[in-house]
Amino acid sequence: MSQPPGRFAQHLATEAWLVPEIDALLAPGVDLEELAQRAREVTLQRFGRAVRLFAPLYVSNACLSSCTYCGFSKGLDVARKTLTVDEVVAEARSLVQKGFRHLLLVSGEHRVEVSADYLMACVEALRPVVPSLSIETQTWSDDTYARLVEAGLEGVVHYQETYDRVRYGEVHTAGWKRDYDRRLASTERAAEAGVRRLGIGALLGLSNDWRADVRTVAEHAAWLQRTYWRTEVTVSLPRIKPSASGFQPLVPVTDAEYVQAIAALRVVAPEVGIVLSTREPAALRDGLVRIAVTTMSAGSSTEPGGYLAPGEAQEQFAISDERSPAEVAAMLEAAGYEPVWKDAFALK
Amino acid sequence: MLEIAGRSFSSRLLLGTGKFRSHQVMRDALVASGADIVTVALRRVDLTKAGEGDVLDFVPPGMTLLPNTSGAVDADEAVRLARLGRAATGADLVKLEVTPDPRTLAPDPIHTLRAASQLVAEGFTVLPYCSADPILCRHLEEAGCATVMPLGAWIGSNRGLRTRDALEVIVSQAGVPVVVDAGLGVPSDAAEAMEIGASAVLVNTAIAVAQDPVRMARAFALATEAGRLGFLAGRGAVLETAEASSPLTGFLQ
Repeated sequence: MSQPPGRFAQHLATEAWLVPEIDALLAPGVDLEELAQRAREVTLQRFGRAVRLFAPLYVSNACLSSCTYCGFSKGLDVARKTLTVDEVVAEARSLVQKGFRHLLLVSGEHRVEVSADYLMACVEALRPVVPSLSIETQTWSDDTYARLVEAGLEGVVHYQETYDRVRYGEVHTAGWKRDYDRRLASTERAAEAGVRRLGIGALLGLSNDWRADVRTVAEHAAWLQRTYWRTEVTVSLPRIKPSASGFQPLVPVTDAEYVQAIAALRVVAPEVGIVLSTREPAALRDGLVRIAVTTMSAGSSTEPGGYLAPGEAQEQFAISDERSPAEVAAMLEAAGYEPVWKDAFALK
Repeated sequence: MLEIAGRSFSSRLLLGTGKFRSHQVMRDALVASGADIVTVALRRVDLTKAGEGDVLDFVPPGMTLLPNTSGAVDADEAVRLARLGRAATGADLVKLEVTPDPRTLAPDPIHTLRAASQLVAEGFTVLPYCSADPILCRHLEEAGCATVMPLGAWIGSNRGLRTRDALEVIVSQAGVPVVVDAGLGVPSDAAEAMEIGASAVLVNTAIAVAQDPVRMARAFALATEAGRLGFLAGRGAVLETAEASSPLTGFLQ
């Protein structure tokens, strides 16, 4: 059973879009240096010379969804693992040792192994250890978001991957994630449950028109900000990476196009946090932080248990920037930015 | 001297600590500003890193620390955060910030007043960041706040004294110091605020994101002092037409 379209899906259908000016910035042949300079101005004004750091903590790679581009996809013959709550805490402590105070709990989509109760137990156990916690898990249609917020969860991340309905159906072949509208409306449910930070994103290279995905994710951010005014919105634009799936991007997004996408997003969405993961290589990350990126992961492992016991389970994708957290922090300082490890308080 | 809750401060420029490229640059700017009071976001303070690079380690000794509740989205959070701040720093001063909208960071008047009343009752010295609203400032003063801190423009915007008309009313009626907080973009904005009678100004973004934050801190210090002197000196009347400083017909007297 598919869910009916949510409010944002209905908004998209109206074509009365909030940030149509992004089209001109995404057009081929734009003066990229000029665009980057504009983006840098906007970023400095709003965020100053400070970049938030966080680490992903993969709690499970068990998955009941089939997504043709993902290393965790159901049916792939890979080493599966779900951490116990104690193991999650141990991984978190090792990340705290490295300086992190903001962790993103990541899992595949498995409603038995990564149940709402399991996530509740993780959040409750981690609350005294880490002041800022977010999740990137399956979407929820019950009271799970509200329960997690009550337990102290700060952020929820759900990427739509691609906003192209037809392409979405081609790459999400089975499981809950197959339901485009359920996925898209999940950010609305999370915001209504009181989630403070909402992360959205598109996986560039998944559809054959990255510009369409970038303009729609910008619209999504603008619409969420307008509709749920208490919620802080972050956007991520990962590019497809090699994984156990063997998936190849339909259309590769070049580095120059990637910079254009992120700079254009910044100009039309000055208040939006832009997140960049270790999927991208060091040189590109160092360049983008000077233009528009305001939140970065560092020293990441994408396999459950990968910080303390690497190599025992399948990773989600291969990372490119393999520098340690301290090395990334040193890069930021050398570039004239303060690495912000802690940007929240534990009140619960 | 600036008097806040019975304590005297020689500088009328207060500084913030966010958005600097490094803690060291922040420290140098604080020193150059001559400020006596510096505000620090409690959400950025990491007591587990005390002594090894936390922001508090870079506040020059002798400066008065003004912990702020930035990040709090309602009265309840602000109150709990202020309590944590007092437990951590021992200071009963608190800069109250309640900003439920992450886009504008506009202060919530209702929750700010509610939190201010609660914190005053708990013995805090409360300096509330607030909208430039004369009636709200009256309420905050009556609730026992030690100052009012109306905004000059949206925080971080560098847009200058956009609320000047309201600030003039607030200054004219206030029984506590009026600290213009937020939006001041260049030193002349600080001078303007002081010229209309503000007791002090608080500046952060304009200094932190300047090409040379240390020099900009010094510039704001001079402008704040100049504006204060200008206010104390008493300006001449603003006239529609010229009035010669030496009347042309003076020889007839």
